[in-house]
Amino acid sequence: MKPLSFQQIILKLHQYWGDRGCAILQPYDMEMGAGTFHTATTLRALGPDPWKAAFAQPCRRPTDGRYGENPNRLQHYYQYQVILKPSPPDIQQLYLDSLSVIGIDPMLHDIRFVEDDWESPTLGAWGLGWEVWCDGMEVTQFTYFQQMGGFDCKPVAGELTYGLERLAMYIQGVDSIYDLDYNGAGMTYGDIFLENEKQMSEWNFEVANTDSLFDLFNKAAGECENCLDRKLPIPAYEQAIKASHIFNLLQARGVISVQERASYMGRVRDLAKGSCEAYMAKNGWTA
Amino acid sequence: MTDFLLELLSEEIPARMQAKARADLERLFAAQMADAGLKASAITVYSTPRRLALIAKDLPAQTAAVSDEAKGPPEAAPDQAVDGFCRKNSVTRDQLEVRDVKGRPTYFAVINRPGRDSKDVLAEAIPTIIKAFPWPKSMRWGEASQSSESMRWVRPLSGIVAIFGDELVPCEIDGLTSSYDTVGHRFHHQAQAVSGEPVEPRLSDEKHPSTSSGLTGITIGNASDYAEKLRACHVLVDHQERQNIIREGAAKAAADAGLELVQDEGLVIENAGLTEWPVPLLGAFDPAFLDVPEEVIQLTTRVNQKYFICRDKQGALAPNFVCTANIAASDGGKAIVAGNEKVLAARLSDAKFFWELDQKTRLEDHAKKLSNIVFHEKLGTVADKVERVAKLAEWLASLEGTGLLRADPEQTKQAARLCKADLVTEMVGEFPELQGLMGGYYAEKEGLPVEVSQAIRDHYKPVGQGDDVPTDPVTVCVSLADKLDTLVGFFAIDEKPTGSKDPFALRRAMIAVGNIVQNHGVRCSMTQLFDKALSLHWETLFCGDELVLGFYPGPNFKGVVNKLRELGEIDPDCIVIGFKNPDEIELKGLYSIGTTHEDVWDTPKVVDYDRFRDCLNSELVGDERLNASLIPFAVERLKVQQREAGVRHDLIDAVFALGGEDDLVRLLARVKALQAFVETTDGENLLAGYKRASNILKKEDGSSVRVERSRDTDAAGEGLSTSLATNGQLGSASSADPDITQPLSYTPEAAEKALIDALDAAQPEVTAALAAERFETAMTALAALRGPIDQFFEHVTVNDDNSDKRIARLALLSRFRDAVHQVADFSKIEG
Repeated sequence: MKPLSFQQIILKLHQYWGDRGCAILQPYDMEMGAGTFHTATTLRALGPDPWKAAFAQPCRRPTDGRYGENPNRLQHYYQYQVILKPSPPDIQQLYLDSLSVIGIDPMLHDIRFVEDDWESPTLGAWGLGWEVWCDGMEVTQFTYFQQMGGFDCKPVAGELTYGLERLAMYIQGVDSIYDLDYNGAGMTYGDIFLENEKQMSEWNFEVANTDSLFDLFNKAAGECENCLDRKLPIPAYEQAIKASHIFNLLQARGVISVQERASYMGRVRDLAKGSCEAYMAKNGWTA
Repeated sequence: MTDFLLELLSEEIPARMQAKARADLERLFAAQMADAGLKASAITVYSTPRRLALIAKDLPAQTAAVSDEAKGPPEAAPDQAVDGFCRKNSVTRDQLEVRDVKGRPTYFAVINRPGRDSKDVLAEAIPTIIKAFPWPKSMRWGEASQSSESMRWVRPLSGIVAIFGDELVPCEIDGLTSSYDTVGHRFHHQAQAVSGEPVEPRLSDEKHPSTSSGLTGITIGNASDYAEKLRACHVLVDHQERQNIIREGAAKAAADAGLELVQDEGLVIENAGLTEWPVPLLGAFDPAFLDVPEEVIQLTTRVNQKYFICRDKQGALAPNFVCTANIAASDGGKAIVAGNEKVLAARLSDAKFFWELDQKTRLEDHAKKLSNIVFHEKLGTVADKVERVAKLAEWLASLEGTGLLRADPEQTKQAARLCKADLVTEMVGEFPELQGLMGGYYAEKEGLPVEVSQAIRDHYKPVGQGDDVPTDPVTVCVSLADKLDTLVGFFAIDEKPTGSKDPFALRRAMIAVGNIVQNHGVRCSMTQLFDKALSLHWETLFCGDELVLGFYPGPNFKGVVNKLRELGEIDPDCIVIGFKNPDEIELKGLYSIGTTHEDVWDTPKVVDYDRFRDCLNSELVGDERLNASLIPFAVERLKVQQREAGVRHDLIDAVFALGGEDDLVRLLARVKALQAFVETTDGENLLAGYKRASNILKKEDGSSVRVERSRDTDAAGEGLSTSLATNGQLGSASSADPDITQPLSYTPEAAEKALIDALDAAQPEVTAALAAERFETAMTALAALRGPIDQFFEHVTVNDDNSDKRIARLALLSRFRDAVHQVADFSKIEG
């Protein structure tokens, strides 16, 4: 049987999680380092309301760019996120069944839940969980959120983050991301993204104007604060995400010293936490 | 007598936490039973990734009945009092007995508490144990987590099996109730998905076909069928059995391929904690990766992948590994091995890439980047540290009479300069635990002298007790310098270890210094070493002859200074120290240069370094204060370090209390001689005599009687002060003492005369022996005092009515004590 193409994997997951009551969202239209930054995860993890969503999120990690020369590393890739709140009692089984759906037979492969606790100082968040191994390879991050934006999660949400390219490479048995069958009709991942990786790596590492990036960082931070003053947590949070991404770009340009790094991260954290606080307040929720 | 089974089913428990969890379960359970007066003949605990289990053998069916009696009010007491007594003890009035108490009829209640069913005790104990369970990290989950008071467990707790004999022990916690049902292996024992659309029928192995339709649970009958029922469902609940399978299976998988497994008990335990049905499988990797240092391959396979490595018949690392799957896969493991090989190949190709990339830059160029890494905010960058370590190491190599001179000073300096360079390499960035080792490899590849590459590799050693202590002289100098610099630096900025907190591992560093010093017999005063290290901290911060003091109120002072340097405004040799507040400059009696940004740089002043240092020294650091805390810290660590070797800590105190002894080698030699001595009969008796003398003298202390002492304080030799001025027991300065040859005004008794003679003979002998560091001889000389002091106490009255006699005898005892104190402060000796 022909293994699933990259897009079929996403479609199967959409189908699977959609059938289980998840809202299938489209990617957030902003640059972010991980699917967890999506408001559907961060902000919706706050407060008492139940929430179920699934979406594929493009992630940008400028420092991971390799000019398209490394078969395992990209500055732009996809995560598949599922967020289930409160975490259902059969969440592990739901997850394992989703692997079967995309063609991983658990009687043929060695699937394991290996301790891996998650912490995001930037979001003031942490959780306990595992990295899920398939034959020794980490294919999913599985987390029970305990805190978000410094607030206890009441109730706790379960977050599943599938590394789509890794899973696809595994399922299709290819050794390079660029060789992935994208659409099952002759188009590869490389056909679509290789040139992107080359140009974006060059821009991230060499070209991006650092003066204007510093400027953008400050503007985003300022706008975030402005929004917080006006009690608009969602736009404030968007500006925090923006500042976070610009900080990542500055890192890739190598213009932030070790000493400065901590202070920039602290600033982003304050913006993100401030947005979470404002979101709680806006909804009338207390810690 | 009945057996009890408890199983706590949960989502995957981290492997590293399981051993402690088993011990905690056993401890908590035994404590609960003990509280109820129950005791099992044996308790066994098991763990798998998904469950903790406990089997208690031979519990009684009931707790013992208890009969208690309570004394109540007298018979004549008002009704109210009697009724109250009845209520309190849950008895009725007619159940009370009247007994005679000292002639007065008094009510007594006899309360018989019948035995309780053990089942009920267990039902109460289980929720208590769960609530009290001390997981290192725990979490909330699910619907119940709406409340922050909801139950916490390491991962979601999903089931409780509690069976006493064949009976269910009914209990409930946070909506979870106990039952007979548990689950088998996650994949081997599963007929159908719990929810959702049916998935493809699973393959199952022939022995344990998953035929029972829809059945996902297993029903346990009692403690004795538990393990076997689980085994039938592909769960080996006994962690030791799994460990054996992994240990033997991995060795066999390697042996079948003609290889030898590298034993790794930690990995055996970890893999057993990750599996319920372990299956060791042999895989291979491309031999081209063997160019990468063995330690790197071992680390990435072990830490990242939890694989065992193998060696060939010649002992060389083989391009193979053994992984431990948690399933007997339907294809015999082929797909699993292929998958694991692929993951390892990706990891090794990363490692190989780093290995090759790092070598494109010479270590000295890597080292330049160390100025970007802050060592500590107040102690400069790693580059600053390296510079200090290089100077200190070179100085150590030139230190006369310490046994360090065999190190070539040039090589020492070179090794020290490069010793931290690998911190900025890609490989160490990826695997921090390879620091030192990688630097050593890269130095070797660059063709640096073997002494240098060795010193780079081993300069972190010894790391903790039992680690190898470096032997090569260059390594010794660099290692010692590195640790001294760290110790002095952090003590200088007041970052000392407190209680359980030691974030900069200073205790370990001090033990390492002690180990090196002793192993190499480095004869040097610790004060001298610390002083030199401290002076280098000053030099790094304020080196050069000229100083400009600047006042600059803004942030980024360094940036401004650098810019001014670039512009040529400040002489490159000039060191600039910034103060945020101009008053600080005034307060320190230094120079006020200006109060605005512009003023500062217009009028640079030249400052005398020594004056500056003097001014700030006492306030900011203070050599005295530093050594006053570092030397006792060194002695404390020495005690810890020597504990295993059986050296008594009180004897270390006894020698150290003399003051001035900060040569650790000599200190320890004295302590060892002392220990040998005090454990002999002579030593014990002398100690007894000393205590008696000391007690008598203590009583005299503070009284108006002036006790005279006579002792030559310089006698003990240079560098070894035996001044007892700090003892505070006599309080008289030795300079005021009368000449010891002053004749007595009376004829001494025989035993008194004998003690005087013995002291006359022993004292110079002890003094000479100590000066020559012949400590056994000193002890032997001291032993000669044992007989005379015993005789003295037997035959001579100290508190004679004749005050001349009394004073002379007290002086004699004082002299005796002083003689003993030449060797050690015996008052510190225990026992």
